[in-house]
Amino acid sequence: MPIPHGGKLITRQIKKQPTDLKEYPQIEINTNLAEDIINISTGVFSPLEGFLTKNNLENVVAQKRLENDTPWTIPILLDFEKNNIKEGDTILLTNKEIGLHALLDIEELYNYNKKTLAQSVYKTQDINHPGVANIQNMKNHLLGGKINLINNKPRQFDEYNLTPKETRLLFKEKGWREIVAFQTRNPPHIGHEYVQKTALTFVDGIFINPIIGKKKTGDFKDEVILSSYETLMKYYYLKERSVMSILRTSMKYAGPREAIHHAIMRKNFGCTHFIVGRDHAGVGNYYGPYDAHEIFSEFPDLGIIPIFFRSFSRCTKCGSVVNDKICPHDQKYHINFSGKKIRELLRNGEIPPEDMMRKEVAETILKYKKPFVE
Amino acid sequence: MEEKKDEKKFTTISIPTPLAEKIKKRIKGTGFTSLSSYATYVLREIIAGTEEETEEAFSKEDEEKVKERLRALGYLD
Repeated sequence: MPIPHGGKLITRQIKKQPTDLKEYPQIEINTNLAEDIINISTGVFSPLEGFLTKNNLENVVAQKRLENDTPWTIPILLDFEKNNIKEGDTILLTNKEIGLHALLDIEELYNYNKKTLAQSVYKTQDINHPGVANIQNMKNHLLGGKINLINNKPRQFDEYNLTPKETRLLFKEKGWREIVAFQTRNPPHIGHEYVQKTALTFVDGIFINPIIGKKKTGDFKDEVILSSYETLMKYYYLKERSVMSILRTSMKYAGPREAIHHAIMRKNFGCTHFIVGRDHAGVGNYYGPYDAHEIFSEFPDLGIIPIFFRSFSRCTKCGSVVNDKICPHDQKYHINFSGKKIRELLRNGEIPPEDMMRKEVAETILKYKKPFVE
Repeated sequence: MEEKKDEKKFTTISIPTPLAEKIKKRIKGTGFTSLSSYATYVLREIIAGTEEETEEAFSKEDEEKVKERLRALGYLD
């Protein structure tokens, strides 16, 4: 099992709640930031202990590394509207939606350049890019410093939510030494199963790790994704070789940089390998289809092995799922696993062909009257 | 956000000239743009292989609590 990123699994949780939280200046933050805090406090974002300070941000932007040379590609930032709080203060961060309370020791209060940030992280300043739009909507100042989580209330899907400490122990108890992580935001089709099982063939176990959270209209609902995977695993996976738990974090759509970030999080969960597909974490045409593969060559010290998959499809000549490395037949024999097509069929209450999606998986999805976000 | 001066973030090391020449030949036509970028890559790779966890993740007591939760959720038998 790999050591946590940066050498230590971070825990930033206060065991004993401070007696009077009212004594601290309070800032209400959005749910994405609250989830960042939970991910810092439980070690998902190890080695981060808080929000980036200025030097770290500058390094991440320019070098894709923290100030101490540890690979880090996505800035974890706390924006705020300047008021009377100052460096050295401790403030209370709250979020009503998930009932979060956390303390932030303000190490630094600083300005930043939104254009530079967008260009380096997203390779564009186009505000049609959702990540760039997010930056544009950020407040004009940043707070850097360590956080301590006090509490957050129980949430839907907590029974699927494991921390890196828990997954690491789970893998150890299962006797897994090499674990491949698969990230997803969709119910599984046959192509996904092919990718997962191909990777699993060479390691001890697979960690299926759906990203749960804010979705856009037309996306599958979180509960649909989870139950469809449960069905697939029940009928087509060995229990002793597969584990699923969720990851609550927002998608940034930062393409190659985000692929590295996704790999780092899975390393912290204890995975040795990470599956990277075509246009991983991409959106629109902002990144080349294999940019998210190529960026890994910049990080010989990442500590998790990427497994790259290019395009895969069903070949009617081969009679199986293939990828462009193993099938000699012309494109005309290839049927792509079109998520759009599968969604269309399911939306009409139809079960997709069995060479696209397992019947049991489709039936599970169709048990939901409204499987899509409206 | 100001661009930091690169020279503050880098240092110079000495290696034998014949080795430097060999490396220069080797990196021609590769993605490495300089001797420095190659040396940085190789050193990072070596250092990463020698890194050790700086702290035990948790105590025996914590471990039992975690196992209990994993059993309760059906992750462990």
